[in-house]
Amino acid sequence: MSTLLASLTAPTISHDFWPLLPELFLLTAASILLIVDVFSTDIDRKLSYNLAQLILISTGVIVLFQFPTSQDFLYHRHFINDPLSATIKVSVIVLASISLMFARPYILQRKILRGEYYLLHLFAVLGMMVLVSGASLLSLYLGLELMSLCLYALVAMRRREKLSAEAAVKYFVMGAIASGFILYGISFVYGVTGKIHLADIAAYLTENEASLTLRFALVFLVTGLAFKFGAVPFQMWVPDVYHGAPTSTTVFLASAPKVAAFGLAIRILVFGFAGILADWQSLLMILAVLSMLVGNLVALAQTNIKRLLAYSAIAHMGYFLLGLIAGNSEGYSASFFYILTYAITSLGGFGCLIYLAKGQQEINQIDDLKGLGMRNPWAGLLISFLFLSMAGLPPFVGFWAKLEVIKAVLNSGHIWLAIIAAAMSIIGLFYYLKVVKVIFFDKPEIENPIRAERSLRLGLGITGIAVAVLGLFPAQLMDLCQKVFQYI
Amino acid sequence: MLTQIPILSLLIWLPLIGGFLVLFGPGDKLLVWSQRISLLVSSVILLLTGVLLYLYNGNSGQMELIEFSSWIPSLNINYSLGVDGIAVPLIALTGFINLLVVIGAIGSIKFRRAQYFSAALIMTGLMNGVFAAQDAILFYIFWEAMLIPMFLMIGVWGGPNRIYATIKFFLFTFFGSIFMLVALIYMGQEIGSFAINDLQKMPLSMTAQTWVFVAFVAAFAVKIPMVPVHTWLPDAHVEAPTGGSVILAAIMLKMGGYGFLRFALPMTPDAASEYAWILVLFSLVAIAYIGFVALAQEDMKKLIAYSSIAHMGFVTLGIFIIFSLTASQASSMALQGAMVQMISHGLISGALFFSIGVLYDRVHSRKISDYGGVINSMPVFGALLMLFVLANAGLPGTSGFIGEFFVILSSFQADWRIAAIAATTLILGAAYSLWLYKRVVFGKPLNETIERLEDINLREKFVLISLAILILALGLYPQPLIEIMQPSIEQLLETSQSKIVEAVE
Repeated sequence: MSTLLASLTAPTISHDFWPLLPELFLLTAASILLIVDVFSTDIDRKLSYNLAQLILISTGVIVLFQFPTSQDFLYHRHFINDPLSATIKVSVIVLASISLMFARPYILQRKILRGEYYLLHLFAVLGMMVLVSGASLLSLYLGLELMSLCLYALVAMRRREKLSAEAAVKYFVMGAIASGFILYGISFVYGVTGKIHLADIAAYLTENEASLTLRFALVFLVTGLAFKFGAVPFQMWVPDVYHGAPTSTTVFLASAPKVAAFGLAIRILVFGFAGILADWQSLLMILAVLSMLVGNLVALAQTNIKRLLAYSAIAHMGYFLLGLIAGNSEGYSASFFYILTYAITSLGGFGCLIYLAKGQQEINQIDDLKGLGMRNPWAGLLISFLFLSMAGLPPFVGFWAKLEVIKAVLNSGHIWLAIIAAAMSIIGLFYYLKVVKVIFFDKPEIENPIRAERSLRLGLGITGIAVAVLGLFPAQLMDLCQKVFQYI
Repeated sequence: MLTQIPILSLLIWLPLIGGFLVLFGPGDKLLVWSQRISLLVSSVILLLTGVLLYLYNGNSGQMELIEFSSWIPSLNINYSLGVDGIAVPLIALTGFINLLVVIGAIGSIKFRRAQYFSAALIMTGLMNGVFAAQDAILFYIFWEAMLIPMFLMIGVWGGPNRIYATIKFFLFTFFGSIFMLVALIYMGQEIGSFAINDLQKMPLSMTAQTWVFVAFVAAFAVKIPMVPVHTWLPDAHVEAPTGGSVILAAIMLKMGGYGFLRFALPMTPDAASEYAWILVLFSLVAIAYIGFVALAQEDMKKLIAYSSIAHMGFVTLGIFIIFSLTASQASSMALQGAMVQMISHGLISGALFFSIGVLYDRVHSRKISDYGGVINSMPVFGALLMLFVLANAGLPGTSGFIGEFFVILSSFQADWRIAAIAATTLILGAAYSLWLYKRVVFGKPLNETIERLEDINLREKFVLISLAILILALGLYPQPLIEIMQPSIEQLLETSQSKIVEAVE
């Protein structure tokens, strides 16, 4: 560690902060917003909201403006600037921005409106950006913790409510354990190889046979990742947290961090440990099969829509892992496509619960969606788009995501995995159809149409239409997902 | 000039756009306009199928009217369309049935009618897509997407037990098709192309063929449906609104047969020939046993649903008997029989479901015991129903006869016992059809409601008479239909055979 610190303060350090500009900008702007928020007399916090959105958009524009075309290691190779990181950054920013749209009316009505809410979003995004640009185990961990701490706070936002507090404690404890696992794994890796940079670890693995200790360390790293993804058997926090957290936080929690965690997985497994691919492949295989089985089967029994979506998220993580299991760039791009489209879909899926919630009342049961198709045909249609896409039905984007991962596992020769995935998606279809059924076939208890705020309509519109449009024209996004993996 | 227009794309996208236009445009508030648009779009579709029949040459047996544009280059999935003699009659049937469904809905659907129109139109577009797609993934997209409007149609406008029926329908068909998707992806990524033509030519080992064939059978046997995966059909038919039943019986079931002809036979001929006996066996079970089941029904729609399963048994029998035949003449006749049976059953079952719809709209019951002596108050309807019932029983001179006759004739050359069992349909079909007719139509009026029934109005007359004309025309002079199909069937037999030779070498 001391040599590392010494090297950080060494005079040879690069002073070119240009590639780091998005992160620096976000940090500075968020800090300024913090001060603005403290002195703001605006009770509605409209200014903070608008500024937060503006900051997110500007950061996104900066990333797009300096979109890298090559793979560069910077700042003593702790930071990597490549198309993959830039793409994930942009998508995380977009997801965060849409989830703020959903969050705004929700927190306004429930008096958890504090400026911190937006700030925590911004800092979480900052953490994700650092995370996906991490080129050493240390910078990865740094980003991961920044992200996770903000998320813990966001879950705990409604602290007076029992369910929320319980969720926050669970999430914090589980998250801390996961971080502990990762850190423990990192210490083993450093102990065995003496390296902290992913590229060095990869080089070490090509030159040396991986020792048992290193494989042991890998198990810890994969376990930590599985915790973050919520893959079975490390899924127990997912339903409780998704259910207990304020819905506006769940919206965020279920989308952007998953994409960032994908970046983490790619960095560790592919950039660092590609040399012992077969080892983590078999670990992921177990995780994927269990996630698909448990997620889908338990989701069948749910009557609470948040828990249904939570178990469906677990199942989706199983499908998503299939692409990584393939172990080639085609598979990684399939997984990337899967996680991006899933993030959009689940953003809308949880967002629609906010859309439907009125005043202090919450949407918890599937039956709360009764007759939505009658009360509000547009919303009913868009929400069923989202659920049908999750079920993987064409012509929605979820179909292409499933097709790509199934293609990837078939390509790598694991036909049985493809068959399990197919069989499980039949079960998945059943509970998604149950939701669509409630929306269109059941009679509503209250007839009057829903009047939702503009930002909610916008958020639902964007996600619902994106799912349909991407389903009809998936080629561009698929190409992008493939291009970012051309350096591997 | 006519050859320049992308006729197949129009047949797919016009109904889709029309459907969404009705849904988001006038809607239920301006119902008149919704009806006008739907009628206009449906008429134009029928006109376009006329143009399609005119443009289609059909002497070569190859794909014609090909349209191609790149869609997803990275996966080599393309928007490629084309038709041959197997698809053209089915597309024509789709266009025709769609118009009748839209006309029929005007009187019988009482609420959310605009959405009903749009569901029917969207389904028509998607079904045309299924028949015209020349890329396996494109085919699959249409194949699955079609389930969504049907799911909504049964679920929203269906009978009391509609939710159970519609979810069962969706899950059964999805269960079959998802494994087909895996099989298609497997084949596609082996050769790097999803074009149906390429998949048909690709060599496959026997093991691979067996698995792919199993997946195909799972998809198409559920759809057509074959015993023992037929149980969704009676439920779906009984609960669906009239138009839904008609589309289901007349066109959706045909997709199973179409899939067998387009995918299972040419792509996995060796596996198909190996396991054909199982499918022949199940077809015979469908024909004979389901015939008895139909006899025992007390619900008119259920009776017709079971009779559909029995009739589709002839389609699968005709398709899979070819592997027991040595003479190519007989094989081609068996396939012709299967194809004619599909078209004819589309018309007859459509007509029967419309007729039941006519009765249901007046009496609000599907039970046979609630009827009796309908002829006294509805003579015109009684006469038309007579024709449909006789066609369902396979009376010579109606279209129902031709297909069954061809299939029985060619299966005689394989094994007389198969033909003998298949021929029981002539007795059973006549028994359940005529007995139904007798109980519903003849005799004294059962009660005052029946006595005061109004005969069919102009709209219903138009629907039923146009179906009657086609049933008779096809029964008396099937030559034009057979001429359209013949070259493509020869071509199909050739592709299904050449692979067997390849594998033997």
